[in-house]
Amino acid sequence: MDNGWQGKILRVDLTAGTCKTEALNEEWAKAYIGGRGLASKYLVDEVSPDVEPMSPENKLIMATGPLTGTYGAANGRYMVITKSPLTGTIASSNSGGYFPCELKYAGFDMIIFEGKSAHPVYLQIHNDKAELIGALHLWGKSTKETEDAILSEFHGDAKVACIGPAGEIGVHFSCIINDKHRAAGRSGVGMVMGSKNLKAVAVRGTGGVKVANPKAFRDVSLEAYGMLKENPVTGEGLGALGTPVLVNVMNQSGGLPTRNAQSGTFEGAEAISGETLASSYLKRNKSCMGCIISCGRVTKLSDARYEGDGEGPEYETLWAFGAACGISDLAAITKANYICNEAGMDTITAGSTIGCAMELFEKGLISEEEIGMSLNFGDSDAMVKLIEMTAKGEGFGKKIALGSYRLAESYGVPELSMSVKKLEFPAYDARAVQGMGLEYATSNRGACHVRGYLISPEILGLPEKLDPAETEGKAGWLKIFQDFTAVVDSAGVCLFTTFGIGVPQFTKFCNAANGTDMSDEDLLEAGDRIYNLERVFNLKAGIDPSQDKLPKRMLEEPLPDGPSKGDVCKLDQMLPDYYDVRGWGTDGIPTETKLQSLGLA
Amino acid sequence: MQKLIRIEPAKCVGCKTCELACSFKNAGEFAPSRSRIYNEIFLEEAKFITVTCMQCDEPWCEKACPKNAITKDMTSGVVEVDAVKCVGCRTCVSACPFGMIKYVDCTGKADKCNLCGGDTPECVAFCPTQCLTLGEEDTPLRQKMLRFVNTMKDGQMEV
Repeated sequence: MDNGWQGKILRVDLTAGTCKTEALNEEWAKAYIGGRGLASKYLVDEVSPDVEPMSPENKLIMATGPLTGTYGAANGRYMVITKSPLTGTIASSNSGGYFPCELKYAGFDMIIFEGKSAHPVYLQIHNDKAELIGALHLWGKSTKETEDAILSEFHGDAKVACIGPAGEIGVHFSCIINDKHRAAGRSGVGMVMGSKNLKAVAVRGTGGVKVANPKAFRDVSLEAYGMLKENPVTGEGLGALGTPVLVNVMNQSGGLPTRNAQSGTFEGAEAISGETLASSYLKRNKSCMGCIISCGRVTKLSDARYEGDGEGPEYETLWAFGAACGISDLAAITKANYICNEAGMDTITAGSTIGCAMELFEKGLISEEEIGMSLNFGDSDAMVKLIEMTAKGEGFGKKIALGSYRLAESYGVPELSMSVKKLEFPAYDARAVQGMGLEYATSNRGACHVRGYLISPEILGLPEKLDPAETEGKAGWLKIFQDFTAVVDSAGVCLFTTFGIGVPQFTKFCNAANGTDMSDEDLLEAGDRIYNLERVFNLKAGIDPSQDKLPKRMLEEPLPDGPSKGDVCKLDQMLPDYYDVRGWGTDGIPTETKLQSLGLA
Repeated sequence: MQKLIRIEPAKCVGCKTCELACSFKNAGEFAPSRSRIYNEIFLEEAKFITVTCMQCDEPWCEKACPKNAITKDMTSGVVEVDAVKCVGCRTCVSACPFGMIKYVDCTGKADKCNLCGGDTPECVAFCPTQCLTLGEEDTPLRQKMLRFVNTMKDGQMEV
């Protein structure tokens, strides 16, 4: 096809062991853009919202967008869509690297996995040839070992996405790692993959992606590259310091949740900052395919206690194993990051859960005997040890593997889990950044930062500076950010591009690729449609609006320090506004009129 | 003097935009397999290496071609395949010691970098880090030499 799509999806029935090609539903592709939106439409159509996430009836979809595999911004993303075993919500985890484009070059827009294999298998795709291969020899292997083994037995130029041991043993926050270091990280999508006995997907593709209007596509690409280069965040900050540039920024803003969010500033921030990483373990920066931002951190540990190499830690990881655990030991944090990548675990939930366990320990709710060691805030050796135990399913690691909500709940204190809908919030304190609080409360996958990243206006001042302490107007901003993010994800583009380019560039990209004539409003409406589609799935899955909330700590315990000292998150001032601008009822349920206007009724 | 694509691996970020830009311009699709420039990633060693045809003064491919389909333009210095004369025998593919000329299945012809036929090569135009530049003079070499010279200069004491 010549419209950004290959026009083909691969349906893999793991129970029957078959791989079948079918035509892409182009009508849906138009209404839901692709990637996150389109795959969600397939999931909603094929899977009951009350499905048990770990059952064969749940499906796992790997989806590219129409722009995946092209150039222009950072057009190399894919998404994993399924029902999450961690949250019970619809999950869409997003990753870059090289694997997503390779899938497209092999000729597939999407892979739908259904059923469950009787024994471990992996999917091998060589252009239009797809088959399931026995993977007993890979079971138990790390993501690095798995990729190396597949490259040597299949094709040296193949690109691989796989789970590590964590996904096999049912760690609730296990992820899918591609190209060894890139993660479809959150919501436990790796646990679903493991439940299907699917170890990996390996792709070798030698085809290409065509667009409808090459001249217009090239023009908007040059426009976007220019804007990304001129923007201080995408043109300079992210390349030089990566996402860790935010450690000092958030600490100075008083919004770096520290010691399980007991405070908003961390005295050890400088030691775990992007600047310190750049002057210690960073070897160089790196891009994903087709990206000019190059925020990736290629690192190597040189420390007497720990060794290893890989990519990261990212900002959220530095926070999770750092500030959230009261740890300022960069080597230990970097090591924990490598362990997570190799075992296939989400660093955000992993670190936040250990931070939660540390508070439970210090409050005397968990004994030293039960953990097998003491677990005070700041104990980096214990943190690394516990991450290893979690990856291997040993001892107290089995409790960490449940995530912070189930952990804290089992000790009768679910309010000490810094999560919404059982997904831990990352490295931004809702008391210091009000809009982010609203985002955490309303994001369709739980307390996630990358569904409506209001840090951009509230802290970084992009596209304009908003007061992080203000609540008024945040609902309107959040809706636009959430809808636009749904578009960006679905198109197959990295969210980081949106620091530098906006809706008009995305409209031009999509129109030039797809040969359509959409307006900016049409595009945002598609985002709104995707957001409501996810919301309705969650409501039917039993995630009712009463769960649009925040941990009690965010609402009732004033920040004890920093510029926002004394503040709580005033969610109740923003939530009714949010429901209103979304066109939902005061009960948080999308109205029939709203759904009809989006074609969802 | 001949213009060449100058490559500075230290500036590369491994984004493969060069491969995307090349194939989009020359093959009409985003297809790294159709690119005439190659960006290889060695992640463990943190090295990214880009290579393309260096438009040899005495091209092996030209000498090997039994149909005289490959010629080096004396003005531009570009070594180019004449698609009309090329019969797709792949002799040039065997002859090039660098692997910088290949046979393309869907066209049935040999294919290699021609510096985009006089325009700014598309890979150079899109390279985000100026790892790739086009120039008659080998400016990156000069800069590398000057870095060494400056080290030597800084080490000189007054006599």
